[in-house]
Amino acid sequence: MGRLLLIARLAGRDLRRRPAEAALLLLAITAATTTLTLGLVMHGVAGDPYQRTREASAGPDVVASVMPDPVTGAPADPAVLTELSGADEIAASSGPFPVAGTTVEVGGRTADVQAVGRPAEPADVDRPIVTDGEWLGGGDGVVVEAAFADALGIEAGDTVTLGGESVEVAGIAVTAAMTPYPAASCLVVCTPITINGEPVRDMAVDVLEEPGLIWVGESMATSLAADPDDLAYVSYLRLDDPDAAQAFADARIPNGPMDAMLEPWPHIYEQVTHIERNAQRVLLTGAWLLGILAVASVAVLVGGRMADQTRRVGLLKAVGGTPGLVAAVLLAEYVLVALVAAAAGLVAGGLTAPAITDRAAGLLGGAATPSLTAATVATVTAVALGVAVVATFVPAVRAARTSTVAALNDAARPPRRVGWLIALSARLPVAVLIAVRVAGRRPRRVALSIASMTVTVSGIVAALAANAELNTQLASDPDPRMERLGDVLAVITVTLVALAAVNTVVATWATVLDVRYSSAVTRALGATPAQLAAGLSLAQVLPAFLGAVLGSAGGPLLYDAVDQDDVVLPPAWWLVAVVVGVVVAVSALTVVPARLAARRPVAPMLQGELA
Amino acid sequence: MSTTILSTRGLTKTYGDGESLVRAVDGVDLDVAAGETVAVMGPSGCGKSTLLHLVGGLDRPTAGEIHLAGRRVDQLTERTLARLRRTDVGFVFQAFHLMDELTVVENVELPALLAGRSPRAARARATELLRRVGLAAKAAALPTALSGGQRQRVAVARALSNEPVLVLADEPTGNLDSAATLDVLRLFEELHEAGQTLVIVTHDERIAATADRLISMRDGAFVDETRLTGGTSGRLGALAELEG
Ligand SMILES: Nc1ncnc2c1ncn2[C@@H]1O[C@H](COP(=O)(O)OP(=O)(O)O)[C@@H](O)[C@H]1O
Ligand SMILES: [Mg+2]
Repeated sequence: MGRLLLIARLAGRDLRRRPAEAALLLLAITAATTTLTLGLVMHGVAGDPYQRTREASAGPDVVASVMPDPVTGAPADPAVLTELSGADEIAASSGPFPVAGTTVEVGGRTADVQAVGRPAEPADVDRPIVTDGEWLGGGDGVVVEAAFADALGIEAGDTVTLGGESVEVAGIAVTAAMTPYPAASCLVVCTPITINGEPVRDMAVDVLEEPGLIWVGESMATSLAADPDDLAYVSYLRLDDPDAAQAFADARIPNGPMDAMLEPWPHIYEQVTHIERNAQRVLLTGAWLLGILAVASVAVLVGGRMADQTRRVGLLKAVGGTPGLVAAVLLAEYVLVALVAAAAGLVAGGLTAPAITDRAAGLLGGAATPSLTAATVATVTAVALGVAVVATFVPAVRAARTSTVAALNDAARPPRRVGWLIALSARLPVAVLIAVRVAGRRPRRVALSIASMTVTVSGIVAALAANAELNTQLASDPDPRMERLGDVLAVITVTLVALAAVNTVVATWATVLDVRYSSAVTRALGATPAQLAAGLSLAQVLPAFLGAVLGSAGGPLLYDAVDQDDVVLPPAWWLVAVVVGVVVAVSALTVVPARLAARRPVAPMLQGELA
Repeated sequence: MSTTILSTRGLTKTYGDGESLVRAVDGVDLDVAAGETVAVMGPSGCGKSTLLHLVGGLDRPTAGEIHLAGRRVDQLTERTLARLRRTDVGFVFQAFHLMDELTVVENVELPALLAGRSPRAARARATELLRRVGLAAKAAALPTALSGGQRQRVAVARALSNEPVLVLADEPTGNLDSAATLDVLRLFEELHEAGQTLVIVTHDERIAATADRLISMRDGAFVDETRLTGGTSGRLGALAELEG
């Protein structure tokens, strides 16, 4: 117990001694855990509410509808649907129900509506689940689909104008028989009809635009239609084998305008979850990228601290600390930070998730709001701890093994020698010579810098490509949820960039500390501060440049892996712009620390202290 | 009388202020003639290293003047000071300050590369210097594989890389045992004979005894100056004593 207390106290004191580093570390891991939390929450959400709604509402396997011939105006024949219900594969059915196209007015806004006439008693197939108020009671009250109600700000008890008449909203409900507003499928004519590519100008019926769904009494549906011949009809079918729904529909592709149109449930499911699954893929990929970056920045931070901490390790060991104790203190520090970061990430992710996954209360109302499960909490915590443990294991073990005398003498990690780089650099201008040699001393840190920039630029390029595709889609099919996916992409991109900036600053800081001594010697031998500053900056810019080039190549690959649809490659000038941007940004981030380091007085560093 | 390479007037360096003001160097007047070897001795903390740093342009004086090779250098910009260190001054430190990741020859050629020499010329000069300090065979070794005396000889070779007019050595044998001290001492002897101007800060009486002039320092100021008998015999006599 006393030992644990000692470890905790030593670790805590060290963290307090370097609050800026602790904050950087915390920031890096928190960014990763937040994204991971979001990704996991999304993972749990995609598909699940629809299935729950489908089960709870006795959802149909196939939705069948007929509508009037939009060109000739020939009336729809509900007998087509009745006949379909008698097919061998059908286990149960409801309908045909009349559907009228009309408009609803509320609070000064008007929207098109498809009003489905339903009896008061629950049907065998498709029993919408009331989330607010009550179901049709046989009176004049109507029930509004939840996402539509949400979009128009309608609540149970409100009065709305439906087809010119004032009606009371009895309730709000969700259904698995139709994609929530505004992506509802059309039971009535709601897309302009084209024949041989020419739009039909004189339609026999009104064309609705993005109609919402409202359930009304059957007689009201009939009276909402200007003419009974304008009515469409819908039936909900349950099959013996739900998995056969697609085949059932495929076998009955309509031949003419009077035939029934069939929508199998997997199609609705696809519509409902498409955006969520895209967002989930984006988030999980983003979570991975951020996780890798977090590992990189933790590793660089730890490496940088090591250079500075060696003397402390020596002190710990000189007063009798065993290698085990030294390792334990180092690990305790990072584990402590990781736990705080995991908690912060879970809270931040849990708070952000509803904003992203909110599907306008379309399915099961509030039940769709994702919550943090025990598994998510456990995974995020484990990953954060893993980041800390993996990133500290090697340095901790090395620190523990450092000879006490060497450590006390502050013989920091000996630099690596990369002979060919040193020979090559002799031919280069002084600043580049310094840069190459500074970088060459720490091949692992350079590798981490390259890797971290590769990851960042891959992510940025993939996000740019995805965003371009999203914008093309949005132009043809505006959908607030798509816009939200764009927001998700933007959030991940910004986080990636921020984390990469943190990594760059951390790496520069670690390098500056690491080369304090050889910088002093180099200056004593006649390098100017400007040459040294340029060298220190370049030592970061060169790996970043390499990483940016690799990332430009990796980005399209990453995008390809995440999105199997037709990949639109970003134009070459984007990639060039990204690489140039990286070089400029890294130069800007490193110029201040490098200049400060290069202007430090030399003499104290060369004094006996190091002898 | 030979020309004066280095001269300082009222050279002063203070650290801190008020109660904690330290006069590390306090009004020093120093003249060093071309080819002369001057030894500076004094207790630890009396300002010897600070004096060398000021003279070599590693640090700036609080007051006073420094003239080096006919140029006033106490007012130079950091950039010009760097050029001065590169071309006119060679430093030898107690702790050697070799770069561990560079081989012996790479360490020696570094100042020439920093001065913009071609890699070939820098390497040729470094190889020649290593031969001169007797370490040609160690050219490809890393400093960590050398003894202390060998490392200091490498450091001396490095100090000579750009043919400086003045070599400044700060306790060059402070980290060395007797045999290695003798080694380095001989090397300074050879430099002296070759006409190199040297200022050596030392604790070691035997090294001091080989100088043309011995200056004693206390609390930042010169308190005593002895012109040694000079001449080859005297120095060799000191060497013989050391060996004996
Ligand atoms: N950077 C500094 N800041 C404050 N005081 C210093 C600094 N460098 C040296 N001193 C002080 O100046 C005095 C002279 O130091 P130094 O020149 O190193 O002496 P020596 O080399 O003779 O041992 C000492 O009292 C020392 O503490
Ligand atoms: Mg000293």
